[in-house]
Amino acid sequence: MQPFLPFEVIAAIRFLAEGKRQTLLTVIGAAVGVSVILFMTSLLHGVQSNIFNRVLSTQAHIVISPPEEVSRPLRERDGPREMATIQKPAQRLKSIDQWQVISARLLARPDVTAVSPTAAGAAFAVKGAAANPVTLTGIEPEAFYRIIDLREKIVSGSADIQPGGLLIGTELANDLGLGLGEKIRIRTNRSTGTGGDQTFTIHGIFDLGNKDANERSVYTSLRSAQSLLNLPGGITSLSVDIRDPYQAEVVAGELRASMGVNAESWVKTFQQVFTALSTQSVANYTIQFFVAVAVALGISSVLVVSVVQRSREIGILRAMGASRGRILRIFLTQGASIGFMGSLAGSALGAGFVLLWRIFARNPDGTEFFPVTMDPALFLRTILAATVTGLITALLPALSAARLNPVDAIRG
Amino acid sequence: MAEETLPPVLSLEGVRKSFGLGTPVETEVLHGVDLVMQRGEFCALIGPSGSGKSTLLNIIGLLDRPTSGRMAIEGQDTQGLDDAGQTRLRGHSIGFVFQYHHLISAFSAAENVMMPMLVDGGWPTAAMRRRAEELLDQVGLLPWKDNPANHMSGGQQQRVAIARALAMRPSLILADEPTGNLDTKSAADAFRLMRKVNREQGTAFLIVTHSLDLARQTDRIIQIVDGRIVEGETGLLA
Repeated sequence: MQPFLPFEVIAAIRFLAEGKRQTLLTVIGAAVGVSVILFMTSLLHGVQSNIFNRVLSTQAHIVISPPEEVSRPLRERDGPREMATIQKPAQRLKSIDQWQVISARLLARPDVTAVSPTAAGAAFAVKGAAANPVTLTGIEPEAFYRIIDLREKIVSGSADIQPGGLLIGTELANDLGLGLGEKIRIRTNRSTGTGGDQTFTIHGIFDLGNKDANERSVYTSLRSAQSLLNLPGGITSLSVDIRDPYQAEVVAGELRASMGVNAESWVKTFQQVFTALSTQSVANYTIQFFVAVAVALGISSVLVVSVVQRSREIGILRAMGASRGRILRIFLTQGASIGFMGSLAGSALGAGFVLLWRIFARNPDGTEFFPVTMDPALFLRTILAATVTGLITALLPALSAARLNPVDAIRG
Repeated sequence: MAEETLPPVLSLEGVRKSFGLGTPVETEVLHGVDLVMQRGEFCALIGPSGSGKSTLLNIIGLLDRPTSGRMAIEGQDTQGLDDAGQTRLRGHSIGFVFQYHHLISAFSAAENVMMPMLVDGGWPTAAMRRRAEELLDQVGLLPWKDNPANHMSGGQQQRVAIARALAMRPSLILADEPTGNLDTKSAADAFRLMRKVNREQGTAFLIVTHSLDLARQTDRIIQIVDGRIVEGETGLLA
C-alpha cells in the first residue's frame, strides 16, 4: 500500500492495474488521438509559420500612406445642372502631411513595436544602354531593419547604406551584370535639376526570396530617395509593426479612424493568404475536436463498463464507510489517469511522428519542406487538456457509481 | 457500573419496510419489528426464505432505510442522519461479513483488512499495517498477508473478511450467511473464529443463517416469520 496517497488514488491505480488489458487498450486509444492532435498541430504551425515568415519578412504589418486624391466638381448652388463624367485623377506621388507627428503618435501606442518612414517611387536603373524599371525605396536603415530586416537577406556585401550607396536584388544584378562596388545610375521621371539622375555605388546585393522583388527593388538612404523623387523632407509611407500581426486589420481600422490616414494592413494586402491560413486553422481545430470527442467517448465507455464490473466492490466499499464522494473520486481519478497516461504516450508518439517527418519529408535537394518544430508549450497544453478531458468524460460513469445503492450493488 | 449505563448496541422500535411505495404492487416486508441487542450478544437471525431477514439486516446495517419506525445504533438515533452521517456511523460502528466474502480482488489480504481504515482516513500507514497484521494473526492468516485476495481458498477469504469486519473495532458485526458458501470444516472454523472474537473482544454478532445447528450454538435465536420477530425456536424451527 503506497503511503501518503489518498485512498481514492490508491483504489483507482489498483483498479486500473487489475484490468491491465482494458487499461492498456484505452491508454493506447487516447495516445493515438493525442499523437494525431500533436502531429497535425505541429505540422500546421510549421506550414503557417513558414508562409507567415515569408510574407511578413518583406512586408510591414501596416502601411500608412497619404489619402487618395479625388476629383471634386465645382457646381454653382442655383446655377444650371450639367451632365458631367467625373474622372478619378491619376495619383501623384505625394508626401504624408505631418508625418513626424503621426510617427510620434504611433510610437506612443503600446501595441506598436516599430515605425519606419520610407520614400518610394518608380525609377529606372540604368547601366550603359540598359534601363530596367525599378521601385526606388528610401529608408532609414536603423528603423527599417526593425520591420524588414534586409541584413538577413544580404547575399553579398553589407546592408549598411552609406551616402551614395545602394542595395539591389540578385536578379537586377544579374540582368545588368553588376557586382559589389560597381556604379549604377538611377533615373526618375519626377526629378528636377541634378536630383533626377544620380549615380550610386552598389553596397549590397540581397535576395528577398521572390524573383520579381529581386528584379524590381532597390534601396537607398531616405535623403537620396527624397531628392530623386522630388519629395524634400517628405515620405510616401510609414511602415508599422505591431505586437500581434493577426490584429493588424483591427489596428489599421483604429488608425484610419483616429488619425484620418490611409492605413492598410498585411491582412488586407494578402487577403487570400490570410484566408488560407485561417481556413487551415479552422480545419485543424475541427479535426482536433472530433479526435478529442472520439478519445473521450472511448475513455467514458470503458469506465461505464468498469462501473458495471465493479459494482459489487463499490457496494462493499460503501458498506465499509466509503462516502459517495469517495466513490465518485475513484472513478474521476481513473479517467484523469487514463487521460494523463494516454497523453504522455501520445506526446512521445507525436514527437516520433514529427521526427519521422523531418527525416523523410524533404525536397529533392535534401532540404526540409518547411521547418516543423516541437513546441514544449503545445505538448504541455495537450497533456493538461487530455487529463482534464479524461476527468470530464469520467464524470457520468463516476456519478452512476456514486449513486449505486449499496444493497443492489452488493447483490450484483 | 459504567457498562450498565451504556445504551444497547442495537434497538429497533416498530420498524416497517415497504417496497414499491405508492404503486399498485406496494408490498410491506417488515411489519413493525421491535428488537433490542445488548453489547456483546451473540445472536442468530433465522427464518425461511422471503421472511424479511436480508431486508432487516440491510436496515440494521444502514444500507437501507425503514419506511417507518425508529432505530438506534449504540444509542444514536439513525432517523435524522443524512447519507453522509449514516455512512460515517456504519464505518465506525458496524462490520459486515457476507456470504460471498466480497474481498476486493485488486488488493492483498492485508490491504483488504486495512481497507476500512483507509476509507476512514487519517490512519498512519504503519498503524494500519500493524492492525491488519494483528487481525490476520488472530484469524491464523498472517503468513498469507501479502497474497492477492483472489488467490486464497474460500475458507481463507472468509477469515480475511472477518478480520476486515473487525478492523475498526465495531460494536456490532452483521454476518449474512457467513458459512453458507464454505465446506463443513471451513464453516466450523469461521464460526469458531466469530465466537472467539465475541468472547474475547465483546463484539456483538447478528448472524443470519439457515443452519439450525449453527443457530443453536449462539446465545440467542431471533426468528423472523412473515416480517415479524418471534424470539426462540418456536413455530417453524420447533
